[in-house]
Order: sequence, then structure tokens, then C-alpha cells
Amino acid sequence: MSAFVSLLALGDLFPRGVLPYLLGGLLVGLGTAVIYLATGIIAGASTFLDSTLSYVSSVERFNRFKYVTSRGWRLVFTAGIVSGAAVYVLVSGSGVWTTDVQWWRLLGGGVLVGVGTRLGKGCTSGHGVCGVGSLSNTSLVNVATFLGFAVGTAQLVQALGVAP
Amino acid sequence: MSTANRTPWFIPVIYLGGLIFGFGLAISGMAKPEVVLDFLQFEDFGLLFVMGGAAVVTGITFAVATRHLDRAPLTGETYRRRLKSFDRNVVVGGSIFGVGWGVSGICPGAAYASVGIGNYPILWAIAGMFLGAYAQGYWRSRHSTDAESVTETPSD
Repeated sequence: MSAFVSLLALGDLFPRGVLPYLLGGLLVGLGTAVIYLATGIIAGASTFLDSTLSYVSSVERFNRFKYVTSRGWRLVFTAGIVSGAAVYVLVSGSGVWTTDVQWWRLLGGGVLVGVGTRLGKGCTSGHGVCGVGSLSNTSLVNVATFLGFAVGTAQLVQALGVAP
Repeated sequence: MSTANRTPWFIPVIYLGGLIFGFGLAISGMAKPEVVLDFLQFEDFGLLFVMGGAAVVTGITFAVATRHLDRAPLTGETYRRRLKSFDRNVVVGGSIFGVGWGVSGICPGAAYASVGIGNYPILWAIAGMFLGAYAQGYWRSRHSTDAESVTETPSD
């Protein structure tokens, strides 16, 4: 009986189940591993922003050697991410999906994500997946920081009654 | 890495890796801001398995490759772990990113995947990310001291 109750409580923590999350995470890791084993490159998703800006901006920071020499394959990597998600829609038959989160949240949050990931040297994939996988202290501190602030912010936004 | 010693397989493998990565983000729900916000509001803890599962796979891969493998076949690069130098920006940037993630439910990789599931409103977030990245790059180009650029180059 008590085992059944704790199983129910566990179900409350995971209303959508665990499997899609775990499978998704393993595939994200596998995609990173394929690139790493073949090329030695540790691919993060946010450097794409800086390296792509080098195509259209003369600002010196975006035109660093490492951005200009990697901008081509970073475009390909990002195109791969877009197509991979599109393949999921096709094979799962889930259909096209759009968010109800308001545009100003997406835009405003996006600006802060752009500033924060570039200033902080990485994002959820760079620090969160590859940095944590490297047991890097820098990445562990960054992840703890962004998780803490994200939870606080999301709870505050919810408490203010902003939805979706 | 120079472009001269790349094999014809380089670009297809990068694309394949991105494809698996994006498929994973879509199946995990990370491409949906609502799912991410549910996690941050403690209504669905499933996302722990996304970052956790991915970090376990990369962790094992990095550990095995750096210890037992020689050089990457397509580039001749040596295998390294992802180690970035620590400074104040890591904390300040992480805080700003966290607030943005909490407001929007969107991070870079997941935003690209979101385009793939047909979520066109996500273009607001992507436009925002480019604006933010541009603003910080412009500002730092203007304000970087010589000392900063010297210490940053090797690690960043």
C-alpha cells in the first residue's frame, strides 16, 4: 500500500512520464558524441549566434579567427538540429505544434538568453551537457547559477499571473 | 582547426550529429517552452532526465576518448574535455541567461529544434537571441581592455 502511494507521488513529479525525456536526453548526448568522436569538436548551440553574426557584422568580436573558421559547419550543425526536429514530427505523426507563450516573453527572454549565454561562455548544451560531462567546475557553477535564476524567475512570472 | 585537412565526410557527419541532437530535443519536449516552464515551476521534473541523460552520454564519451583514443579520424584533432576558465562573467552571464530562460522557456539549441516542429512564434525568441548576442559582442568590443583580451583569448 505504501509502495503504491509513493508510486503515485512519483507520478505527480512526472505527469508526462519519464521515457520521452530520458530517450531525448540520450539522443542529445549521442548527437554530440557522434560529432566529437569523428572530429574532436565539442559542439555547443549558442556559439552559432556569434559565428553567424560574423557574416553580417564587422564588429571585431564576431570576426575572431575561431568564429570565422567555424561559422560554416555551425550553420550545418544548426540546420541539422532543425531537420532532426522536423524528422521527429514526420515519424511520430504528432503534427506541427506552436507555442502559446506570448511574443514579448519570447523576445525579451531571447535577448537575455543571447546576452547571458555569450557572456557566460555557453548555454544548456555547452555548459549543461558538454561542460557537466567534462566535470568542469566552471560549467557546474554556471549550470547551478542559471538553474537557480531560471526557477526563481519562472516562479515569479507565474506568481504575477502571467500565463501563458 | 584549419579547413584544408577536412575530409569530404566532415560536413555530412556534422549534419548527422545535428540531426540526432535535434530529434532528441524534439522527443524530449525541450523544443516546447511550455514543457520547460512546467519544469521550472516544479510541475514536471522530467527535464532532469534530458540534461542528465545527455551529460552521462557525453561524460562517458569524453572520458573514453581522452584516455583511450588517439586522434579524431576526420580532422586529426586530439580529444579534449570542455574546460573553460572561470571568471566573474561565468556567474553574471549564467544569471542573465537564467532569467531569460525563466521568462521565455527557451534556450539556443531548443529554439532551433522548435523551428523544426513548426513553431513559428519561436522566431521572436531567435531574433531576441541574435539581438542579445549582438548587443553583448558590440559592448565588449567597445569596452574590452587590453588585459581582458589577453587573458580571454586562450580559454574563451
